[in-house]
Amino acid sequence: MSEHIVPVKVYISIFLALMVGTAVTVLAAFQNFPGALNVIVAMTIAVVKATLVVLYFMHVRYSARLIWVIVASALFWMGILFALTFSDYWTRCWLGCT
Amino acid sequence: MEEFIPPLPSRINYINAEYGLKSWLLTRDHKRIALLYLGSITFFFFIGGVYAMLIRLELLTPQGDLLQSTTYNKVFTQHGIIMVFFFLIPSIPATLGNFLVPMMIGAKDLAFPRINLLSWYIYMLGGGVTIYALLAGGVDTGWTFYTPFSTTFSNSYVVATGLGIFINGFSSILTGLNFIVTIHTMRAPGMTWFRLPLFIWAHYATSLVMILGTPVIAITILLLAFERLAHIGIFDPAVGGDPVLFQHLFWFYSHPAVYIMILPSMGVVSELIANFSRKNIFGYSFVAFSSLAIAVFGFLVWGHHLFVSSQSLYAGMIFSFLSFAVAVPSAIKVFNWTATLYKGSISFDTPMLYALGFIGLFTIGGMTGLFLATLGVNVHVTDTYFIVAHFHYIMVGGAIFGYLGGLHYWWPKISGRMYPDGWGRFSALLIFAGFNLTFFPQFVAGYLGMPRRYHAYPPEFQVFNVLSTAGASILAVGYLIPAVYLVWSMRYGKVAPGNPWHLPGLEWRTQSPPPTENFDYTPVVTWEAYEFAPPEEMEVVGKYHDQTAEKV
Repeated sequence: MSEHIVPVKVYISIFLALMVGTAVTVLAAFQNFPGALNVIVAMTIAVVKATLVVLYFMHVRYSARLIWVIVASALFWMGILFALTFSDYWTRCWLGCT
Repeated sequence: MEEFIPPLPSRINYINAEYGLKSWLLTRDHKRIALLYLGSITFFFFIGGVYAMLIRLELLTPQGDLLQSTTYNKVFTQHGIIMVFFFLIPSIPATLGNFLVPMMIGAKDLAFPRINLLSWYIYMLGGGVTIYALLAGGVDTGWTFYTPFSTTFSNSYVVATGLGIFINGFSSILTGLNFIVTIHTMRAPGMTWFRLPLFIWAHYATSLVMILGTPVIAITILLLAFERLAHIGIFDPAVGGDPVLFQHLFWFYSHPAVYIMILPSMGVVSELIANFSRKNIFGYSFVAFSSLAIAVFGFLVWGHHLFVSSQSLYAGMIFSFLSFAVAVPSAIKVFNWTATLYKGSISFDTPMLYALGFIGLFTIGGMTGLFLATLGVNVHVTDTYFIVAHFHYIMVGGAIFGYLGGLHYWWPKISGRMYPDGWGRFSALLIFAGFNLTFFPQFVAGYLGMPRRYHAYPPEFQVFNVLSTAGASILAVGYLIPAVYLVWSMRYGKVAPGNPWHLPGLEWRTQSPPPTENFDYTPVVTWEAYEFAPPEEMEVVGKYHDQTAEKV
């Protein structure tokens, strides 16, 4: 259990950063980037915001190693979900698509 | 043996420690919460059972004469939803697990007693919303909610039912969280990881699946609701979505959910086989780690539900291979239980009959699972009664046999009373016979081509359906008998001693029913799991508690 007390200004800074991230997401949605870049930009912003929430709002940055292991396990499991789902999507047309 | 069993101060126990409705509804005692769950899941089991009865009555004749096709769609959907989400998933963890996890590791309660109570309230809220959806008009998508039918075409209460399941998921997550923290942090002195009863290992593995899988089904149902209400284009190809994505997300949880049902049951069976053979389990660490292996491998095989969905053939090959792999840890358990029986001092009490029934039925269910993991065979039997028979052998023959075996085994501890053993054995045999008569003909009918989810069928399949309906009637009687005698025994049953089976586990080293704090002392564990003392010595443990209790 973390005893670390986070100053209020850290919370406010993170909140403002998340608001900026939201604004950038909306702005990026109106730009038509070439090819797959649309998804890459949107996902990058989302991952940065999620990381801030996990590290600061969920206190993972100040938590014990065991908590880090648990967070890593959850991410690994999400990786399984993505990897095996994409094993379908990426190979679906290998035998030809109509 | 007597030195580590201090006297009990009084016969006050968790049931009579407090009286009144409020003392139950606001309790933080894991044992009382287990009983709240027991009552609730039994209620849902009988609702699901009524739907099953309607299905079997309709299928008695080839014509669709009892129910219209739309009603039939709702009946089998609601049977599945109630049984899977509101009975099978919480069955063993929320009742026996809640009651026994702290007792078996020598703790006074779970790590978060208030969260434990909260989980029951969330379960009741989710159940209430689902019951509302059923009464308002029901849902007809099948328990799997496949898109695009569920998002676009169904005119039933999809969102309301989904909301009930969404809410219920949080109850499951909280239970899993509570078990993991409890097992990590609240083991009694000397209770090392490899002295834990295998029931605890099974619940630890189950909790991992609950925590890692349940959020995915919650989000999937949320996406389904958004798609249905706002048409956001996640699953609709017309706006860039993919209906098969729903199946990936749904089965990422719902296949491991089968292991949420079966792993605790395997934990119960490990206890029963070792204890009623009076022998240390063969290959303790293999059985323990196979639970974890099943939990991990269980997350890698969901694509075998999608073999005919337009999923890539290459992905199908990967999922087929991985599905064969998950059979290995399951087989390790079955072989080790069988090896434990060898030269054991076996007694055929009611719980043991259920355990032996489990081994046979789970083996048939598991082996037919391998048929289904085979790409070619799967195409032949997809959406036939072969599938229905297969998963009922796992869910009923596996999960419910374990649940009933465990309920009988720990009933003296839970209620403080013995059940009538003759009736117990009779109903166990009746359920075994009724179960096989219900579901074995479905393998044959399915293999010959009878599709599932139709209320009318070609007349050549009638003989299998008549057998199946006859079996279901026997099964229903078999379920009612324990319901009657267990309730009867709470008032009229013989008073149970502290250790009626003369066993070494921690839960048997306290009075029956246990006091609110479980133990009057902090137990210090100096023995290995399933370390049997000579029978006469273990008998002293039971008698000692009885005499002490009677004196007071």
